[in-house]
Amino acid sequence: MGAKDLLSHSFRIAWKDIIELYRNKFGLVLLIVMPLFMMGMIGFIYPTSGSSGGNLPVAIVNMDAGYHNSTIASQTFTSVLKQINERTSMLKLTTAGSVGDVKDSIQKGDLEGGIIIPSNFTTSLLNGKQGTVTIMTDTSNPQVSATIQTLLSGVFSEMGTVLAQQNVMKLSSSVTSSNALAIVQPYKVTTQGIVPGSSNYFEFVAPGIMAMTVMMSVMTGLPGAISQEKEVGTMDGMMVAPINRLSIILGKTLAQTARGLLQGVVLMILAIVLFGVTIQGNIILVFGLLLLGVFSFVGLGIVMTSFASDQQTATMLMTTLMFPMMFLSGVFFPIQQMPWYMQDISKVLPLTYATDALRKVMVLGATIPDITTELTILIAFGIVMTAIAVPVFRRAMTR
Amino acid sequence: MSKTALLSPERVESGDAMIMVENLKKKFGDFYALDGISFDVKKAEIFGLLGPNGAGKSTTLRILSTLARPTSGTAVIGGFNIVKNDTEVRKLIGIVSEKMIMYDRLTARENLWFFGSLFDIPREVLSQRIDDLLDLVQLTKFRDAQVGTFSTGMRQRMNVIRALLNMPQVLFLDEPTLGLDPQSSVEIREFIKKLNRENGTTIIVTTHTMVDADMLCDRIGIIDHGKVVALDTSTNLKRLVSGDNSSVLNLDIPNLTPDLLESMRKLECVQTATQDNSTHVRLIARGDDAFDNVIDVVRKNGGRIASVESLQPTLEDVFLHLTGHEVRDSADQKIPLERHRRFAAPQRRIR
Repeated sequence: MGAKDLLSHSFRIAWKDIIELYRNKFGLVLLIVMPLFMMGMIGFIYPTSGSSGGNLPVAIVNMDAGYHNSTIASQTFTSVLKQINERTSMLKLTTAGSVGDVKDSIQKGDLEGGIIIPSNFTTSLLNGKQGTVTIMTDTSNPQVSATIQTLLSGVFSEMGTVLAQQNVMKLSSSVTSSNALAIVQPYKVTTQGIVPGSSNYFEFVAPGIMAMTVMMSVMTGLPGAISQEKEVGTMDGMMVAPINRLSIILGKTLAQTARGLLQGVVLMILAIVLFGVTIQGNIILVFGLLLLGVFSFVGLGIVMTSFASDQQTATMLMTTLMFPMMFLSGVFFPIQQMPWYMQDISKVLPLTYATDALRKVMVLGATIPDITTELTILIAFGIVMTAIAVPVFRRAMTR
Repeated sequence: MSKTALLSPERVESGDAMIMVENLKKKFGDFYALDGISFDVKKAEIFGLLGPNGAGKSTTLRILSTLARPTSGTAVIGGFNIVKNDTEVRKLIGIVSEKMIMYDRLTARENLWFFGSLFDIPREVLSQRIDDLLDLVQLTKFRDAQVGTFSTGMRQRMNVIRALLNMPQVLFLDEPTLGLDPQSSVEIREFIKKLNRENGTTIIVTTHTMVDADMLCDRIGIIDHGKVVALDTSTNLKRLVSGDNSSVLNLDIPNLTPDLLESMRKLECVQTATQDNSTHVRLIARGDDAFDNVIDVVRKNGGRIASVESLQPTLEDVFLHLTGHEVRDSADQKIPLERHRRFAAPQRRIR
């Protein structure tokens, strides 16, 4: 009796929900489109190495008057600038006649900024003074000024290095060009991850998004589905049958989990196909973790369901809870970047651990022993929440 | 049956009563939706609960069908307590709710199969039963069509047969003819009668339409403000009005004025006088000379009588007689009661 009936009734309820979902073609399309959008957005709007910024129109105004008919400094500067820009293609460089022209163009929106080389540029440099370059930017767009500044400091540091190299070589003939570099810049940093291949932001964010989507899908879907059945009246049909009331909630959860996992799979396929994410760990473990994540959340969802009297309230309640979870659980930004009090909050959110564990498995190829802490916390969270949720739900159903 | 009886020590011996309701109360906030309701329903009886909206009919039904819990009081169905042995009770009952209990995206058959599968019915039996039930309400043709495409009449027939999947001994019907055209209403009423006659199903039906109660029910309980104000057969209830030598008069007075109405009300023999529209007055009057007195007063005050009808009292008159207000009035009168707290939302009720 008992457990077997409970399960078989739950499966029937879940199956009914899945048929309903399947018949709702538009809903089904949205179900696939939502992760598509989500992945697409995050995959394409975030800067990945090499393609960031991108062709900001910037004009150079060269007013260098030269020193003894030589404009060597400004020539070197522009050529190095152009070289670097060819590599990164951050700017689209043009030349302009005067500062006034640049101002006009920025106001019109034709240019995003200007680089102005003053008339005493070569003179200053060749006479042992600092050379100053002015950046004129569209003040309404702080991003542009930052990009140009980054580029220019790159240019200057490269120019400085080359200049210093030449000076060192002049001082001693025994110094070769490579030695000179070691003297000018004795330290150099390279990074290497523990798994092969270059990492990008997308690899960081993909596991989190998967965990989030699956859990949110269940969290928002469950109260919605249950309060809808209450409103339509079909809940009474189930309540009046001689079944354990737990099987109602269990069946609904199963159906929502299936829905969430479907979205998770779509996300994963997109991540692999479109954005070249590789899954280092065991794929079954990935799904296991997603399921565990759902389990840890379901209790919370059920409690919310019991409190929300109608569908609208349920949805609002869930959205309210979703936002802090999205941003505090390290899905988009590493938790370590947050102030300590925010870190403390994120430590009580189950999504944090689910994301963390999933990231370890997907990106670092971790196995179960590596993520026991996260697993324990998720299981504990799930058990505690379910233990709270079940009696609350039973009470709410028969008021 | 015997097995469950053995397993359950709570079973109460209830004689020939299928349902026993004792002093049932249900409180929402500070408002008593049910204020001590008691009645018995015999086996194979059709029992009507009649009353205006908000009188407590649906609440009674929800409590009896284990969907809500009483604040106090008890009820026993087929020997099982509705709170302590709710699972046993659920095996015995079926409920046709005011809301249509079905999923629009499932077909007729899928809907029935889903709800049927929640009961402990063998597959073949259930399959056969679904076919029989669909046939019974002429929906066999539409068995594989999604319920969302059905007309209101078809949906209500579905709603009724859904409640019959477990062959309930007790069937609750909450406003089964609400929103149906006369044709469909008749069909549903005939169906309920047939069910009762052929299967001996005990039926409790709530309604606020007098026709339903009059035509269907063996006995009728009239509920008002959460209390049973009268309980008897339709004939006996009507005798409450006519038995004490009362008669119902319908007068058509083209030049009816409020003063004229007032003068009729002042007559000693007139119990109630209600104005139906600008020219019609309905009186319940007592005494042998009531007829004469009324006409005299109207004539004396310059009223012209176009027609006079003496009617058999209807359940509507009974209700009026017992509660002093009309069925439609009472729901309106209760609104201030429910909004007792300023600015606070009205107390949420049921569901």
